[in-house]
Amino acid sequence: MSREWPLWEIFIRGQHGMSHRHVGSLHAPDAETAIRNARDVYTRRNEGVSIWVVEASQITASSPSDKGPLYEPSESKVYRHPTFFDIPDEVGHM
Amino acid sequence: MYAQMVKSEATNDDPELLEAFQARIDAGERIEPKDWMPQGYRKTLIRQIGQHAHSEIVGQLPEGNWITRAPTLERKAILLAKVQDEAGHGLYLYCAAETLGVSRDEMTEMLLDGRMKYSSIFNYPTLTWADIGAVGWLVDGAAIMNQVPLQRTSFGPYSRAMIRICKEESFHQRQGYDIMMKMAQGTEAQKRMAQDALNRFWYPSLMMFGPSDAESVHSAQSMKWKIKIDSNDGLRQKFVDQTVPQAKYLGLTIPDENLSWNEEKGGYDFSEPDWTEFFNVLKGNGPCNVERMDARNKAWDDGAWVREGLLAHAEKKKAAKVAAE
Repeated sequence: MSREWPLWEIFIRGQHGMSHRHVGSLHAPDAETAIRNARDVYTRRNEGVSIWVVEASQITASSPSDKGPLYEPSESKVYRHPTFFDIPDEVGHM
Repeated sequence: MYAQMVKSEATNDDPELLEAFQARIDAGERIEPKDWMPQGYRKTLIRQIGQHAHSEIVGQLPEGNWITRAPTLERKAILLAKVQDEAGHGLYLYCAAETLGVSRDEMTEMLLDGRMKYSSIFNYPTLTWADIGAVGWLVDGAAIMNQVPLQRTSFGPYSRAMIRICKEESFHQRQGYDIMMKMAQGTEAQKRMAQDALNRFWYPSLMMFGPSDAESVHSAQSMKWKIKIDSNDGLRQKFVDQTVPQAKYLGLTIPDENLSWNEEKGGYDFSEPDWTEFFNVLKGNGPCNVERMDARNKAWDDGAWVREGLLAHAEKKKAAKVAAE
């Protein structure tokens, strides 16, 4: 079998989007072609105004089984969610 | 159904892991690519998603057959956009399958040498313009019936691909029905063409849901793993119940003498398709099997130098960029 075109992950920022969102992936020989194909496949119906392409091999992902140890520390730090302060009514909205 | 007769694989894994996996499925959790999964689950999904992707690609051929002959510019533009959508659907699905550890080129080669299948429906020819209407209305209609529940299938990437696809698939069904309406309300000759298209595509569309539940030996495992959500017969019934009134509205007749409303079950009774024909088509003996595979093989072989050329050019550019830095 001959060599395959690399896989690219596609991120698009929508018309009113605050950030780029992962929308899918595609194969292309290089980044420019990946952008052109992403334009055709993922923005044909005005889905976005900005495209990022990243070669899939450049992405390192966390593992779902690490979920516990990876995110547990934030659960034990209630002081990061300061929703428990009592502000006197006289002070007004804060 | 775009993925017909997918055999679910037996599984030979650590019973403890298997039990934990089943518990996640039962709890309605989505399985993601990096999660542990049974070998059989992985293999079944590669087959099913791969086959589904192949169907989108091969499905471009019967419709592409009428692009140069579409009767008006508007119809032609719509048909072009539709065939372009199908290519995109194939792409989403290949990418979903690739998250399971198989590559798109591997799947393509398996299709081309007959180790993987595609939907039986695309082995039927499109003989008149009305067939393009019937394909949109009936074939895409049957596909939607099958794909809407797949939006809840247990493998995350597959379910997300289905959500994107279903949105566009409903455009396609409507465009098909619009063609049928125009023809059914047109001249006598046009109406005859519409009826003829319905006659030829009715049973092949019913076959898209696969054989009856009693014969579908592999459904049980797929349903247990929530790869498959509804039974073949259940979906087929739903399709008939939805389609019959649409045909009536067109003033066309469903080619089935046994079709009648069954008050008790609240649905239509109808004739089963010819299953001998179905299995024959799946085996490669349908009207267009050879032609479809020849077209795909020719495109793949003739395109080899273009694929290699683009890759060589990309490498040359990359090397030049590194040298400049």
